[in-house]
Amino acid sequence: MSGNIMLPTPHKIIDIIRETENEYTFRIETIAKVKHGQFFQVSLPKVGEAPISVSAMGDGWVELTIRKVGKVTNEIFNLKPGDKIFMRGPYGNPFPLDDFKGKDLVIIAGGTGVSPVRSLLKYFYEHPDEIHSLYFIAGFKDEKSILFKEDLSNFRKRFNTIYTLDKDKIEGFEVGFVTEHIQKIPFNNFENYNVVIVGPPVMMHFAALECLKKGVTEDKIWLSFERKMSCGVGKCGHCKINETYVCLEGPVFNYTKAKNLLD
Amino acid sequence: MSYCVNIKRMNEILKELQKEYKIYAPVRFEKRGRYSDTDLIRYAEINSIEDVVYDEKSDFSPKEVIYPITQRLFYFTEDEYMESKVDDKKILILARPCDINGFRRLDTIFLKNGGTEDIYYKRLREKVKFILMECKKGGWDSCFCVSMGSNKTDDYSLAIRFDSDNILVEIKDNEFTGLFANEKEVEFTPEFVTSNPTKVNIPEIDSYELLKKIYDLDMWKSYNSRCISCGACTAVCITCSCFTTLDVTYTENGKVGERRRVQASCMHEDFTTMAGGLSFRKTAGERMRFRTLHKIYDYKLRFKDEHMCVGCGRCDERCPELISFPATINRLYDEVEKLKKAETIKKDIRQTASIEEVK
Ligand SMILES: Cc1cc2nc3c(=O)[nH]c(=O)nc-3n(C[C@H](O)[C@H](O)[C@H](O)COP(=O)(O)OP(=O)(O)OC[C@H]3O[C@@H](n4cnc5c(N)ncnc54)[C@H](O)[C@@H]3O)c2cc1C
Ligand code: SF4
Ligand code: SF4
Ligand code: FES
Repeated sequence: MSGNIMLPTPHKIIDIIRETENEYTFRIETIAKVKHGQFFQVSLPKVGEAPISVSAMGDGWVELTIRKVGKVTNEIFNLKPGDKIFMRGPYGNPFPLDDFKGKDLVIIAGGTGVSPVRSLLKYFYEHPDEIHSLYFIAGFKDEKSILFKEDLSNFRKRFNTIYTLDKDKIEGFEVGFVTEHIQKIPFNNFENYNVVIVGPPVMMHFAALECLKKGVTEDKIWLSFERKMSCGVGKCGHCKINETYVCLEGPVFNYTKAKNLLD
Repeated sequence: MSYCVNIKRMNEILKELQKEYKIYAPVRFEKRGRYSDTDLIRYAEINSIEDVVYDEKSDFSPKEVIYPITQRLFYFTEDEYMESKVDDKKILILARPCDINGFRRLDTIFLKNGGTEDIYYKRLREKVKFILMECKKGGWDSCFCVSMGSNKTDDYSLAIRFDSDNILVEIKDNEFTGLFANEKEVEFTPEFVTSNPTKVNIPEIDSYELLKKIYDLDMWKSYNSRCISCGACTAVCITCSCFTTLDVTYTENGKVGERRRVQASCMHEDFTTMAGGLSFRKTAGERMRFRTLHKIYDYKLRFKDEHMCVGCGRCDERCPELISFPATINRLYDEVEKLKKAETIKKDIRQTASIEEVK
């Protein structure tokens, strides 16, 4: 049976953390070697399969933060710790962690886009010596949709953080879109740096434009794309843009490539 | 070696082959066609050589033999997946040159893309040998295989020509020589179509700037009202390989069932729709542009050797809106030529202008 890339295997759920009403983090037992930015094809027999990014990883486990939006994700929310979930992966092209080391890093994330960069943030939180500086801008719609509250307050201690809500006014959060805060990043003082942008397509588009306006060069920007996926391994065709397969050459793309992807 | 075999003897040979092989060929399904009182010609297992429809073009491609419209991937219970099994028999497919060349495109996606092999495709593909079936002289009206360079092939084990009472057979694969030992040897090698009534000019898209302009062409908008996004064109295409997976249970509240894959189409409205309703190619025109460029531009860009479309022309014959794919390609070619011309004129003007400045 080995060699069947479409065959999921059972994994035990260790813990479930409630982030918001519609977003839970599932800690799942696995020995898989995962890189920051990769995803799994997560499935439940009878229901189906969906790609989900890794939001944290550790010795013998990964965390997946899942938003309840449809067939598979609704059903996953009925699971309990100790239950089995099926997975195959990890798949996709990760963030170039080694490239980021020792330099300045700017991470701009919106909504559920915080999830795929969380493992990267956690890594540098635990290895602060490996990064020169880290600026983290995170934006959420409203108070109800804030994810990873505990991590966010930890990140404040070691990183330069700007957290914003689109409208709500609460302590510790600015008001407005993430794009409005990009001007606060001291790109002029950086010698060697990278920028990671993850969020809804429109947000990524305008955040990237804002960075370019600030003089950031294209090859320093990294994005993570989302597309409909049915296989995760370059067979089903759903994620294809031009000659590029998001499941294979993405979901993480350098901007020099991403800007040429025409849908 | 080539032989002349009479129909009766050919049927005996088929029987002999059937001990080891399932044999597939285009077969007539009476009154199952698109219009009342028309027939459908589709690939199916044959039991005698008379079952084979050799003088008409099949409506559907032979891809269904090894890449069915719906295919069981595995069975599941509450906590286990079990891989589905396939028949032990080997497979012989009577196929035209364009289709044999088409299988190579499917091989590329299923066995090479992303560096992984799809075992569901592979386990059937490995069993396949082709019996090349000659085409009608000059092909059929909608064929444009010559333009696509897929009118010829030497990837076959046997080649056959249907005559009124006899069948001419060329044997390239030694496995089959024994079966024909007592037959009359003749001179026969299959002939290939060398010119079609339908021809296409493939536009040369040599820069990203040009590609961007192609995306914005008005011609795509004309498909918004005409194309009904039914996906009939992709269903019959020998080279279309996209699918979606689907779980089904056998009983209401059932705990056992199966995961299937079902052929999908980039022409369907929901092909790129994601959670939240976000969709990337919203109009029929945008989807037509995607399919067209995939078939004659970006597949080749990715895999280098050849275009994806083999020019079988089946999509033309299936489209309920009478949208012609070769006409679409030729239309794009003309538009691209116009764009290139406009570009050279612009350059010329710039050159003249700079000469003026120098003066
Ligand atoms: C690389 C990658 C990583 C991803 N990572 C994550 C992740 O970490 N966490 C996560 O939660 N998701 C993630 N996703 C998205 C996730 O795969 C999709 O949300 C997936 O469709 C959920 O599967 P489902 O079966 O529950 O939804 P489906 O049953 O497929 O439901 C989605 C469909 O229902 C409709 N729909 C669903 N919700 C709405 C809505 N709110 N408004 C309007 N229509 C709606 C849409 O038409 C959509 O096609 C990722 C996707 C990709 C490609
Ligand atoms: S696109 Fe049309 S002509 Fe080309 S291979 Fe597919 S069905 Fe045949
Ligand atoms: S068969 Fe014709 S109408 Fe249907 S999707 Fe294809 S081009 Fe559109
Ligand atoms: S998800 Fe199937 S090809 Fe990318």
